Amino acid sequence: MKKIYILWLRQIKRYLRSKSRIVGSLAQPLLFLLAMGYGFGSVYQKAGEGNYLNFLAPGIIGMSILFTSVFSGMEVIWDRQFGFLKETLVAPMSRLSIMIGRTLGGATVATLQGVIVMFIAMLFGFHPVSWLMIIPAILIMFLVSLLFTSLGTMIASLLDDMQGFQLIMNFLVMPLFFLSGALFPLDGLPAALAIIAQIDPLSYGIDALRALLIGAGHYGLTMDFIVLGAVTVLFWSLGSYFFRKIQI
Amino acid sequence: MISVKNLTKKFDGFTAVDNISFEVKEGEIFAFLGPNGAGKSTTIKMLTTLLKPTSGEMDLNGHDPVRESDEARRSFGIVFQDPSLDDDLTAYENMEFHGVLYDVPDKLRKERIEYLLKFVELWERRDNLVKEFSGGMKRRLEIARGLLHHPKIFFLDEPTLGLDPQTRNALWAHLRELNKNEKTTIFFSTHYMEEAERIADRIAVIDHGKIIASGTADDLKKQTNTNSLEDAFLALTGKSIREETVGSMDHFRAMHRMHTNNKR
Repeated sequence: MKKIYILWLRQIKRYLRSKSRIVGSLAQPLLFLLAMGYGFGSVYQKAGEGNYLNFLAPGIIGMSILFTSVFSGMEVIWDRQFGFLKETLVAPMSRLSIMIGRTLGGATVATLQGVIVMFIAMLFGFHPVSWLMIIPAILIMFLVSLLFTSLGTMIASLLDDMQGFQLIMNFLVMPLFFLSGALFPLDGLPAALAIIAQIDPLSYGIDALRALLIGAGHYGLTMDFIVLGAVTVLFWSLGSYFFRKIQI
Repeated sequence: MISVKNLTKKFDGFTAVDNISFEVKEGEIFAFLGPNGAGKSTTIKMLTTLLKPTSGEMDLNGHDPVRESDEARRSFGIVFQDPSLDDDLTAYENMEFHGVLYDVPDKLRKERIEYLLKFVELWERRDNLVKEFSGGMKRRLEIARGLLHHPKIFFLDEPTLGLDPQTRNALWAHLRELNKNEKTTIFFSTHYMEEAERIADRIAVIDHGKIIASGTADDLKKQTNTNSLEDAFLALTGKSIREETVGSMDHFRAMHRMHTNNKR
């Protein structure tokens, strides 16, 4: 237990010490909120859908969680290249505990990032229907973080170096974001897009956040929760499986 | 203390380590020599549970690294060829991390960290981030860290690579002291022949995955009719220059080093 804690603590410390990483990873969500939130605001209003910034904010929270957690998971590659992974792999502990510690650490960092983005969105006019709902919303954020950190760890265990990173960003992370309904409502989509959004796990995370924060969900909270839980268990198991296979 | 029998490691058709056997006794200082790509690091990785052997048997302090990996892991400390510290943590935090992973109890951990950091003369710098350290300081910290759980066996894979003679001397002085006081068995690989000759009780030379000679430095010189270990080594392994296969990871590391050096 203590070993898992120290692995977790290491990631929190690294995050809090890299001020440039914190600022850098907040710039993108901020840009999206400003440009899209204000830019499309009046069109959205005219279409009779209400306040676009309110609709967009959960999507942008989901986006920053997605990026941060996939990146945290992929830090395995980093540790491998700079040797630190060897230090943990020769220590008397199971690979499973290493995986648990890392994933929890990465997921905590991503959740923190999501919470910060939520508060920033509030500065720009985002207001949740009820303050009480922020607590379950943070739980959902953590679940989504866990899901994508596991995915990142899984990918990292299969890659040898950072060269595949760009590929993963363009062909996996970006589509996960753009096709998730982070930017547009899931109601009344063309059939093809609706199906794609349905197989994108991020859709359910953002949908759950919308259900809790602005009271407008699409799939329903129970469905969101079941899908997120199941996919997290799946990715986490796959991640642990591939992580165990790492040989240096 | 270390016993290896018919150990073999194959990577897709290429045999990196080919049916080697050797023994290292308790309290012995053992040098493992060989040209680039001879199989030194692969052997050390197998002994330290990072790689699974294709076949053969190993024993570390009575434990099999494959089947009883956790017990075997507690028996040894290691300094890898490449740095393996977390640059974004302080020296103290790196030590603390190691101590927790090896179940060193809180009070004992604090005492030992202080003792070891003083031993390698880094106590004053304990709260500095490791990224501010020089190569020699990092090596010293790695040695202190590797000793934190009082291992019976200490592996060092080219520990003095790229260090100046002063730092090298200081390192070996520390290690010899440890070997004398604690009876720690030391297993190291190096390219510096005079280092092996001066420090090691016994030497094994590996080439193309096979152990081609072993014994004291004098034995090897006698066997090859030469006057220095360097000549004996060349007589045994030939003079052709070996090309080490460079993986993309090495490229990446080299690039990173270049960049960080340029920044300084």
